[in-house]
Amino acid sequence: MIKSLRSKLSGNNFLLFVTIVLFFVLYISGMVIFQDKGFGKPQVFLNLFISNAGLIIAAVGMTIVLITAGIDISIGSVIAMTCMLLAWMMEKKGMDAWISIVIVLIVGVVFGLVQGFLVSYLNIQPFIVTLAGLFFARGMTAIISDEMITITNKAFLGIANAKIYIPFISTVTKKGKVIHPYIYPSVILAIAVLIIAFVILKYTKFGRSIYAVGGNEQSALLMGLNVRRIKLKVYALNGFLAALAGFAFALNSCGGFVEQARGFEMDAIASAVIGGTLLTGGVGNVIGSLFGVMIKGTIESIITFQGTLSSWWTKIAIAALLCIFIILQSIFASLKRKSK
Amino acid sequence: MNSQIIKKIIKYRLFWPLVCLFAVLVVNLIRTPDFFNISINSKGVLYGYLIDIINRSSELIILAAGMTVCVASSAGTDISVGSVMAVTGAVTCFLLGTGDAYNIPYVLAVVAGILAATACGAWNGFLVAKLKIQPMVATLILFTAGRGIAQLITGGNILYIKVKNFKYLGSVLPGVPLPTPIFVAAAVVILTSVLLKKSALGMYIQSVGINAKASRLIGLNSTLIIFLTYAFCGMCSGIAGTIATSRIYSIDANNVGLNMEMDAILAVALGGNSLAGGKFSLAGSVIGAITIQALSTSLYSMGVSADQLPVYKAIVVIIIVSLQSKQFKKFFKNFSQKQKITGAGEKVTQ
Repeated sequence: MIKSLRSKLSGNNFLLFVTIVLFFVLYISGMVIFQDKGFGKPQVFLNLFISNAGLIIAAVGMTIVLITAGIDISIGSVIAMTCMLLAWMMEKKGMDAWISIVIVLIVGVVFGLVQGFLVSYLNIQPFIVTLAGLFFARGMTAIISDEMITITNKAFLGIANAKIYIPFISTVTKKGKVIHPYIYPSVILAIAVLIIAFVILKYTKFGRSIYAVGGNEQSALLMGLNVRRIKLKVYALNGFLAALAGFAFALNSCGGFVEQARGFEMDAIASAVIGGTLLTGGVGNVIGSLFGVMIKGTIESIITFQGTLSSWWTKIAIAALLCIFIILQSIFASLKRKSK
Repeated sequence: MNSQIIKKIIKYRLFWPLVCLFAVLVVNLIRTPDFFNISINSKGVLYGYLIDIINRSSELIILAAGMTVCVASSAGTDISVGSVMAVTGAVTCFLLGTGDAYNIPYVLAVVAGILAATACGAWNGFLVAKLKIQPMVATLILFTAGRGIAQLITGGNILYIKVKNFKYLGSVLPGVPLPTPIFVAAAVVILTSVLLKKSALGMYIQSVGINAKASRLIGLNSTLIIFLTYAFCGMCSGIAGTIATSRIYSIDANNVGLNMEMDAILAVALGGNSLAGGKFSLAGSVIGAITIQALSTSLYSMGVSADQLPVYKAIVVIIIVSLQSKQFKKFFKNFSQKQKITGAGEKVTQ
């Protein structure tokens, strides 16, 4: 029993290990190939976080939902709706930036609660519920405004463009100027979400019960867990995180338009799967998802640095990676079955 | 006696899907009285809302047919169908070339495109059936890569086909009063249902979908059956992709079949099929597909913009799916039983 548990753990940890090693291999090979173009600069590394802050938050939410053996494909649309709503409230209604942010977060939670209710209390498949959510949020975005709204609110742009310089690390330019690498507040937000989610999943009763529900719903029910309420909470949490990701997204894009973040949910799912989360539930780790996002970001920046490759190579590369990881997962699963 | 007949009708599998379609049509009839009018235009082609709905839903019907067997056999959805449509179009258009004449015979190019799609489906089937990967993840690979591959084939350009007869498949053949896609969709549906009903294949698929392990124990090759359903789904996406390409006589790898996978899954669910696999009804999916298109067409005619359309679609979907959910039915049953009991009580007191 203990032996099988140990082999199970090592199998899952091994996948996480592979992901992390792959990230470093990719990054270091990028550094070697594009040495003259400055791939090794600390700022390039931090840019990975800056351009993917929203995706990190979204991937954390997605991971939690996937652990319960559910899925949420509405997040891309929710992000678009959040950006549009933020821009609309600040630009067209002249509302205060902070109030607008709080309102969109509440909208996200309500959205998640409705989806969670349909999934857990009416027992409708999560895929269908969130598919409707996807349609709904995308359509609402268009109803709020058909045209792109650019955010000009000073307080908001103040947050968006606040460069936070990192002390201790610095590069010296050719002219002898010392430059510190910088990040934006959205990165801090993403890292904070990641850490909080990690702690919740690992050390709280709620976190452990999420794993229990995903591992085996029947046993969780027999153990006396309120499965429905846990699922409801998870979807509400994911709605909140999707809205937060939308906020981080808006900090980057400073505007809202209908086609924003289309297909974003698939990026989040791919990141989670590359990070070792199983769609059958019960297994997953937010740290893995972070590295999943990082791998995607590294591939993107390698392709940008290369310059001649078209952007669709990113898609093909991600899909190839996804394929390798999925096959690895399935080999591990079959090994596990045999060892039993 | 009467109530028993009503009960039987309500229990009929296709009852709710048909009610939904009917409701959409009735709303239309009230809003636009000439909704059911069908006239013949100057080119001798039948013309009207109804024809338009069926014509526009052809691709969706074909996709839904493939999706239905996929869902039935493996309890999973194939989310790559839209991307596979793009691959098919890219292959066909690339082979035909953009010159004034075709590079290779038309039929050959179409067959090659559909074969490419079938290969995509077979790849999905291999991952799902042989490697036992969850269908959604397995098809996520082609969902992500498909459009990239299509772009690769077309070199990132939109390829226009100049030869005139390329348009026939997506519009009308000269001298035929109905749009060609309708015939293709009908042929696909009829062939599929004959194949499933007249052979034991339909039964096998249901059996595998309900319990793959048990089916293997009674001697069915579950792996092969699941593999075949995915390959078939790929083939259906190929046919749909060929029609979609022909409609716009060009291939735009970024936009052909965009979000079609969502609509196809929706059609299956609206048709009263459980996404948990097992029993399925091809007719239900066809009705579901037509319902979606009827809804879209009628909303367009009411002046809703294409971008806003999804909101109404989502509301309708949630209502329909909630009505079909077991929990809701239970609640409804309890409610009506309570009424019966209180009603009986009243009679006694009287």
